[in-house]
Amino acid sequence: MLYREAGQFKTSYDADQQIFPIVQDRVFVIAVVLAAFLVVPLFASQYLYTEILIPFLILSLAAVGLNILVGYCGQVSLGTGGFMAVGAYAAYNLWLRVPEVNNLIVVFLFGGVMAAAVGILFGIPSLRIKGFYLAVATLASQFFLDWLFARVKWLTNYTPSGSVAVGETSVFGWKIDTPAERYLFVLAFVVVATLVAKNLVRGHIGRSWMAIRDMDIAAEIIGFRPLRTKLSAFAVSSFFIGIAGAMWAFLRLGAWEPLAFDINRSFQLLFMVIIGGLGSLLGSFLGAAFIILVPIVLNQLPGWFGIKMSTALLSHLEFMVFGAMIVFFLIVEPHGLARLWAVAKEKLRLWPFPH
Amino acid sequence: MRLGKAALLGAVAVAAGFVATASIPNAAWAQNEQYLAGLIYRTGAYAPNGIPFANGIADYYALINARDGGINGVKLNYEECDTAYATDRGVECYERLKNKGPTGTAYVAPLSTGITFALTEKAPIDKIPIISMGYGRSESRDGSVFQWNFPLLGTYWSAADIIMQHIAKKEGGFDKLKGKKIVLVYHDSPYGKEPIALLEERAKMHGFSFTPMPVTHPGVEQKATWLQIRQNRPDYVLLWGWGVMNSTSIKEAAAVGFPRDKMYGVWWSGAEPDVRPAEGGAKGYNAAMLQHGAGQFAVHKDLKKYLYDKGLGSAKWDETGEVLYIRGLVNGMLGVESIRKAQTKFGNKPLTGEQVRWGIENLEISADRVKELGFEGVMKPIKVSCSDHEGTRAGRIQQWDGTKWNVVSEWYESDDKVIKPMVEAAAKKYAEEKKLPIRDCSKEN
Repeated sequence: MLYREAGQFKTSYDADQQIFPIVQDRVFVIAVVLAAFLVVPLFASQYLYTEILIPFLILSLAAVGLNILVGYCGQVSLGTGGFMAVGAYAAYNLWLRVPEVNNLIVVFLFGGVMAAAVGILFGIPSLRIKGFYLAVATLASQFFLDWLFARVKWLTNYTPSGSVAVGETSVFGWKIDTPAERYLFVLAFVVVATLVAKNLVRGHIGRSWMAIRDMDIAAEIIGFRPLRTKLSAFAVSSFFIGIAGAMWAFLRLGAWEPLAFDINRSFQLLFMVIIGGLGSLLGSFLGAAFIILVPIVLNQLPGWFGIKMSTALLSHLEFMVFGAMIVFFLIVEPHGLARLWAVAKEKLRLWPFPH
Repeated sequence: MRLGKAALLGAVAVAAGFVATASIPNAAWAQNEQYLAGLIYRTGAYAPNGIPFANGIADYYALINARDGGINGVKLNYEECDTAYATDRGVECYERLKNKGPTGTAYVAPLSTGITFALTEKAPIDKIPIISMGYGRSESRDGSVFQWNFPLLGTYWSAADIIMQHIAKKEGGFDKLKGKKIVLVYHDSPYGKEPIALLEERAKMHGFSFTPMPVTHPGVEQKATWLQIRQNRPDYVLLWGWGVMNSTSIKEAAAVGFPRDKMYGVWWSGAEPDVRPAEGGAKGYNAAMLQHGAGQFAVHKDLKKYLYDKGLGSAKWDETGEVLYIRGLVNGMLGVESIRKAQTKFGNKPLTGEQVRWGIENLEISADRVKELGFEGVMKPIKVSCSDHEGTRAGRIQQWDGTKWNVVSEWYESDDKVIKPMVEAAAKKYAEEKKLPIRDCSKEN
């Protein structure tokens, strides 16, 4: 009833090609973004900012990056944590060594560019190897980068423990230190980056990625150059992941060690993309929300209902229920949460009079 | 599609429930209770070591409530959160708990060097002191820069120095160390890397060769490391491990035939769960003591009377004499005594982290007071000050005889002539990097 596109006629190419051709979708997305900018700061507590919203947004961006590579271009990568680390340490070193550039936007973009360069380097094997074998090759990049940041002391400014910390951060003289400011900054960055990503994947570049994903030989025959296509996917993906890594380090952690970007981070992001939905930007957000929020909710749920149980039991229950939920979701909807969303929209079109 | 519908509904319900409950303020708190947050781990790779510590600290708070009715009438309200030793989860726990109770948590003991590093950034903003008893940043003992950090009873630099003093004594003096080979097998994390700076300094001073060898988390794969040790034939091996890494190291040492009595662990590598899995292989293995050892002390009588005889203890009675359980007790005691000290200035009511910080900084427990608290034989007197957030830096060496730990050395005190300049340099560098103000300790109090 509410969600019906009947009567919406497209009379120009522009109208037909916009990101959200259906009015209701457009209104809904704009409302969500506006709410995130304007309504959330009215009631959010510090806990909500620093432990829920900021991690969710940053890892969503990383998941968007990974989704471009895995979901759109079909190149499985287990090196995400490593690329995040490249972004984080590159940003740290620029911030530390060139104090004149005390502008987080520049610092983060630099982290993204460095990560893109490293991503291209480690993407080269993808021209020869595919599927699981490529996953193993990118795993090597994860271990190499972990090793690099733990061993090359210059990168961590010779701190005895290998743990680095950032102090004052600002954007064009605006100091970003309260959780609300951090949240707004991250949100703005993520919205812009997602818009860029959306336009990339629905343009000719995205189509070339999808052609390679669906059948690389056929794509090559009709004229896509695998070298350029695959490496551009690695570059764009690593760019977003690198920015996410820099934001994770600067705005979420403040002080970090290479362990913050270890192999578990790579797996976590891959699970986000798979559970959220491969080849869907919305899926990246849903997957990030699922992987980050559900364990925290499960851990606090008994407390909200006033049930007292031992800390150990609570943690074990959290693992068991979370694991069961992942299995359940993958059985009922192997295409991820984004597909559930699409199904819901299909049903809404007929509601309340399904035939 | 029925399952699909259920899934959709489930997702919506979880999301809605979350939004609804996240904004509900905490339930009403008793107004005269001191809230204490506990970041502990009873799960994860390090649970065997985390559980006894968590039990010890919980039991000490319970004892204070049961025996004394709280601290001067202010009951303790203790809440645990499981971090599984993961830094991001630990920070989440901290953010979740820090503002609970009438005044927020009195202090926080992160029980992980990684979490301590992360919270060090947050402490000055939230005004919550960190007690990192025997761990954390070594330079954080400099209270002029690290106003909110209290590595009470010892830092890793103190630990490494105490072990080196013991080795030097066995060899007949520091000058006899010339040409010796010493290897550090360490957990590849900020925790494990902490002692390297001091050991490098000592190596330069006395002319022994020092080789650090990293082991990746969680430390169950060490074959390559120990193969290298067999080839290098070092004179001593220092072990900076945690949890399952310790027992693996000891087993590997036995496998390559490295003498266990030439192995020295830090105090986090010197508890029962570290040596028991290695069975006979651990016999002769040494570890530094964070002052206390294992066994039953005067405080255990009260624990038995008020908690364990009534079935209120959180551990099994046999486990209350273990190293890490006692460490939990000591941590609880130092926290309680700090709150008590702060009450003398701010009154007998729940105190904020800022007030408790003053209490910790002015904490002084004399030998008589240690005895009164039932901790005689567990720890030496401690006096904290603005310039010295460590309080005391004494330690002994203990040896595992196959069934129990025995103290095998006199008391050592780490050499401040070596450590203090390092602390000051590192703290100054930290302050410069972060553009932090430096307090003038001579003007305090």
